[in-house]
Amino acid sequence: MTAGAVLPTRQPQAAAASVTGRVGESVRRPDGVLKVRGDFPYSSDLWVEGMLWGATSRSPHPYARIVSIDTSEALASPGVRAVLTHEDVPGRKLYGLEIPDQPVLAFDVVRYWGEAVALVAADHPEQARRAARKVRVEYEVRKPLTDPEEALTPEATRLHPGGNVTRHVTIRHGDQDARADVVVRGEYEIGMQDQAPLGPESGLAIPDGEGGVDLYVATQWLHVDQDQLAGCLGLAPDQVRLTLAGVGGAFGSREDLSMQAHACMLALRTGRPVKIVYSRPESFVGHVHRHPGRLRYEHGATRDGKLVYVKARILLDGGAYASSSTAVIANASCFAVGPYQCPNATIDGWVVYTNNPPCGAMRGFGSVQNCYAHEAQMDKLAAALGMDPVAIRMRNAMDGSSRLITGQAMEGPIPVAELLRRVQEMPLPPVAGADHLDLTALPGGVSNTTHGESVRRGVGYAVGFKNVGYSEGFDDYSTARVTLAAAGGRPRAEVHTAGAEVGQGLVTVQAQIAGTELGVRDVTVLNADTRVGSAGSSSASRQTYITGGAVKAACEAVRERIFALAQSELGSRSGAGWRLEREAIVSADGEVIVTLATLLGEEVIEETREFRPRRTNRLDPKTGQADAHMQYAFAAHRAVVDVDTELGLVKVVELATAQDVGKAINPLAVEGQLEGGAAQGLGLAVMEEVQVKDGVIRNPSFTDYLLPTILDMPPVRMDVLELGDPRSPYGVKGVGEPPTISSGPAIVAAIRAATGRPLARVPVRPHDIVT
Amino acid sequence: MRITCTVNGRPQVADSVWAGESLLYVLRERLGLPGSKNACEQGECGSCSVYLDGTLVCACLVLGGQADGREIVTVEGLSNGDSLHPVQQAFVEAGAVQCGFCTPGLVVATHDLLRRVPRPSDAQIREALAGNICRCTGYAKIIDAVHLAAGRMGAA
Ligand code: FES
Ligand code: FES
Repeated sequence: MTAGAVLPTRQPQAAAASVTGRVGESVRRPDGVLKVRGDFPYSSDLWVEGMLWGATSRSPHPYARIVSIDTSEALASPGVRAVLTHEDVPGRKLYGLEIPDQPVLAFDVVRYWGEAVALVAADHPEQARRAARKVRVEYEVRKPLTDPEEALTPEATRLHPGGNVTRHVTIRHGDQDARADVVVRGEYEIGMQDQAPLGPESGLAIPDGEGGVDLYVATQWLHVDQDQLAGCLGLAPDQVRLTLAGVGGAFGSREDLSMQAHACMLALRTGRPVKIVYSRPESFVGHVHRHPGRLRYEHGATRDGKLVYVKARILLDGGAYASSSTAVIANASCFAVGPYQCPNATIDGWVVYTNNPPCGAMRGFGSVQNCYAHEAQMDKLAAALGMDPVAIRMRNAMDGSSRLITGQAMEGPIPVAELLRRVQEMPLPPVAGADHLDLTALPGGVSNTTHGESVRRGVGYAVGFKNVGYSEGFDDYSTARVTLAAAGGRPRAEVHTAGAEVGQGLVTVQAQIAGTELGVRDVTVLNADTRVGSAGSSSASRQTYITGGAVKAACEAVRERIFALAQSELGSRSGAGWRLEREAIVSADGEVIVTLATLLGEEVIEETREFRPRRTNRLDPKTGQADAHMQYAFAAHRAVVDVDTELGLVKVVELATAQDVGKAINPLAVEGQLEGGAAQGLGLAVMEEVQVKDGVIRNPSFTDYLLPTILDMPPVRMDVLELGDPRSPYGVKGVGEPPTISSGPAIVAAIRAATGRPLARVPVRPHDIVT
Repeated sequence: MRITCTVNGRPQVADSVWAGESLLYVLRERLGLPGSKNACEQGECGSCSVYLDGTLVCACLVLGGQADGREIVTVEGLSNGDSLHPVQQAFVEAGAVQCGFCTPGLVVATHDLLRRVPRPSDAQIREALAGNICRCTGYAKIIDAVHLAAGRMGAA
């Protein structure tokens, strides 16, 4: 921000409330009070005097050549201040997280329905929207390529210069000709899920009057947005400053740019602040979705249920642009077998371009699609062998001596069997007796569709895992600046990182770590922005580990300086056994040597540190072998469902889960992640699907895209293990994603158990059950 | 058009309101009360829940013009100065707030439920809050919060 810059009237507050509480305590969120009062400024709440509203003109075709664009009518509309097209993009016309293949504004061709073609800024949002509809684009419509299978064929239209295969991952592990006594095969299809965060994509761009711009935005990674924006705007990175505005959930949908470049372009062109807020239908085309998948599996096992080999072909539809597809397919391939020991594996993972909506990151990132398939296969295998579904999983469970199918040794506590045992041993919910049957608790709920005649109960199990943090050699790091000073006779710590609080509780965790490491009660976490080094993304379940690690490292550096200061002030040579506790330096036997307030006086101690976990390596392109991941997180689920087999209605009665979190920094927040993550797994299992026909999304609204409500979500029984990873700060493991991986497959297994239907496609629809 | 109404006990006037503007837009953008949230603007998620003459409504489904001469209470009107309403306090304490985008709507809807049913059962809570979507919490902590608030309000 430059001197004299305009600030939004409503803007993110420096998480003003301090947090008190140590690592391991259920500390309340510092932003909670603002949020319950309605005072927390989300990105769509930002406002500044004289701001304009931006709107986007989007393609009505999934695939077409742009013949011409005429903006004159839009420009002449009431209240309109600017209309921009690709010709107005000041810098690079393409952006992308891994492959820069996505136009800021379409030129030459549009490759998906709803692709951004032109921008409007106007005085009132409705004027902007109306004008956006008046941008006249002449299209030469082409036949869209919407079948991912067809995209692989040589005859298919090439949607990008490099062809339609975004990435093919090959894993060849062990004996490729291994044979087994018992073989089961299956084909599975997973629908497209939407992250559906409640906060719409939105932000406010304010020109600085010197050619640069300040952007207040809801995002998952400020610095990667900054880099992409600087390129597209033709500016130096320090001319594009980002501040995190309140984020109303993310779940992967904010990893890619949405309105960021658009708002900045309009602000720079008009010289006025510009706010863009997507409507819900626009949000459905404005962010990437979870990849739909088609998976073909073959499992071979011995008569006593030991896996001999797994062969899998995984095809993910990446849609029109690459986004994070190359990493998603790597995950889908590396974890294709699930958390089981398997000496031989043959995996081919493909992700392709089509003219469907672009797909990218969503909670579970590639492991969700597989888990449906490998868990269905394990149940099939159990049935073929006459074994119990949990017993067969236990027999094959990975442990600390196992290797992943990429050849990497699984180190540390790998509690797969333990997690399964724990969910199995939890008590089952009671079955209502006919005498006190609560009809509203049956499938169909208050509509009283049944008196229980054809309701069948089923129980199903699933276990899943995934990597924590970035893989394949990505330089994964975070930066933290920690300041300690005394004010009013009390020491106060201030933590500044660029880590995005998206609702998961990162601000609380940072404060708890600083409070614990520095022995102080008052910790303020500054709002995230680009005035401090990158923290990486709030994704891959990595922030507590990596940004938490950076905060810890910076605190340790501050502590060293405190001790050095005390030694010189007190003329003491030995600091052996000193600790920071109760706002003081205490000796090994707990005696206060000096209080921090006295020691600090006017002094301000500030340290900035980066934290890096251990390095990882690229997968070998031919064999897929490598030490590609730095940590894994596991969870098991048991689902109990009631199914009305005549009407095809499903009621999930209960979910039970066990998960190893290494160390629960904030147990209340961990529970929140386990429950919330399970709800998203339930959604994909039984109701959530972005329905795409001929490249067009047919249900872009909360009316037609069904999300689990409080009536759909059962109680979650939880068992949280803290086994501790010896290599991570406090022993933490990523928490956020495993709850979403195995919850859905457990539900589908339970519906299979209740109905005897194969259910090879999710979400499971009523007609899959009754026909 | 001009709209005159009472919001959180204070008389308010909004000028040159366009006929198509929702009450939600008027509150958020014209009256400076962004507490009610704009998650779907289709009446499906409950994030914009407010009281209109004492009745719980989705502000996104009410036209600004319909609010003329009426009394509105938003989430901003529930706390008393600096002290939170017991429902708000319970949401913070129970861990029922994550991203918080659903929270203002849920707080108002819970407030309304507890006015009508001071000690609701789980089933009554589920029925009453079925129109409020939360994408983050999985709802368990929200149910905890409602019970916590009910207990405290009953005790008071
Ligand atoms: S914003 Fe009004 S119901 Fe969703
Ligand atoms: S807390 Fe995020 S939507 Fe409810």
